Amino acid sequence: MSEPIEEPGSGEARPKRYGRGVFLLTVAGGISSLAWGKSVWGHVSGAVSPIASSLAPFLPTGGWRIYTISGSMPTFDRATWRLKVGGLVEKPVSLSYDELLALPKVKQISTFHCVTGWTVQNVHWGGVRLTDLFDRANPLPEAGALQFVSAEKPYIDYLTMPQALLHDVMLAYEMDEKPLPRDHGAPVRLIIPEMYGYKNVKWLNEINLVSTVASGYWEQLGYDQDAWVGRSNGYTSSSQPPAPVSAPAGSSPRGFRTR
Amino acid sequence: MTRYLRRFSRTERTLHWVNALGFFMLLATGLILYLPSLSVLVGRRPLIKDLHAWSGVGWVCALALIALLGDRRGLLRTARELDTFDADDVRWLRRRRPAPQGRFNAGQKVNASLNAAFTVLFLVSGLLLWLGERDTRFRFASTVVLHDGVMYVALALLAGHLYLALIHPATRHSLRGMTVGTVDEDWARAHHPKWAAGSADDAHS
Repeated sequence: MSEPIEEPGSGEARPKRYGRGVFLLTVAGGISSLAWGKSVWGHVSGAVSPIASSLAPFLPTGGWRIYTISGSMPTFDRATWRLKVGGLVEKPVSLSYDELLALPKVKQISTFHCVTGWTVQNVHWGGVRLTDLFDRANPLPEAGALQFVSAEKPYIDYLTMPQALLHDVMLAYEMDEKPLPRDHGAPVRLIIPEMYGYKNVKWLNEINLVSTVASGYWEQLGYDQDAWVGRSNGYTSSSQPPAPVSAPAGSSPRGFRTR
Repeated sequence: MTRYLRRFSRTERTLHWVNALGFFMLLATGLILYLPSLSVLVGRRPLIKDLHAWSGVGWVCALALIALLGDRRGLLRTARELDTFDADDVRWLRRRRPAPQGRFNAGQKVNASLNAAFTVLFLVSGLLLWLGERDTRFRFASTVVLHDGVMYVALALLAGHLYLALIHPATRHSLRGMTVGTVDEDWARAHHPKWAAGSADDAHS
């Protein structure tokens, strides 16, 4: 192969330092995205969400990250599993999985926010309201808070009674129209869309009514007791908008008893 | 008799393969953390998380160590080569031909600059994720978007790189340059004529 006869334009033009330009622009763009990445991604994923949701069964992640605090996830055994409701109640309750499913079922679509910054929009949950458990167990007047105990030891967390009675708090045993998968906390998890994921205790098998909140697993590691989305853990609503109040689907919201 | 030209020094090749090793280690552990199906399969999340974080630290330290202990002057020369785009490189990027290329073609130069930037961005966003778990001052809502976004783009570039280095018939000979260090002179004259012309003098058969 012969050498090229002519090199158009190479005679007079001086070499350009484009390499460092590409490097610096990419680094600068990336670092600055710490300020705008999330909101831009929100718009992008909002625009493509109809496509994304139809593709969801084929996508490997669906946006979820699965966090566990121990080496392995609890295993659900339908025959032996119980959900206990105890503590400051008139009548402690121990429900089997089938008894839990027999309680009035509600559905809702809500958005799940993780404190590390990721969000899954429009998750379809199915489950029961805490009030339907309270109808059975009858919390005592001095019960001011709830302790949620996970089968994944030593994961526990707390909600105050008013927080637990927010209209879209639920014990979810269905996710996206299917039984709650093991990695999402099978057979039942707490859902409180107004708060970051660490409050949404997975593999729930015990609820104790207590007089006041204490520090849960992540609170002991420095996370906020009240994990309001966009208003806690160093976030402000400018960096992350508060979770919209989710619309109940399929069932009308029930009234709550005040105590 | 085939004559070979030396394309990559020992330092360059070591840097490349340590970089590749670190990248794949981080990719594997990162995907286990990222993909729910893999997370469930593997379990042991705290261990994988530690492995991922420390692989990142080890990756960057190893690259720095090789750069310091290896042929520093050679690496600086290479960095200058990668930085510099002459008129032919610009023509090459605009898909005009002929655009005779030097030791690196313009696409390889862009790829190198982007990957260097990605290393910085991976490191910064990774450190922020790590520190953010301990201190809310380091927690930004967009850190995870940055870390994942860079991963997607880096993965796309890697796919192109692997295709050209392993599969594409016209370019896959270049793998030899990154393994044994030398490439066929005829191949070099076809793909990197400006460099081949200059280094044919110290060619060895």
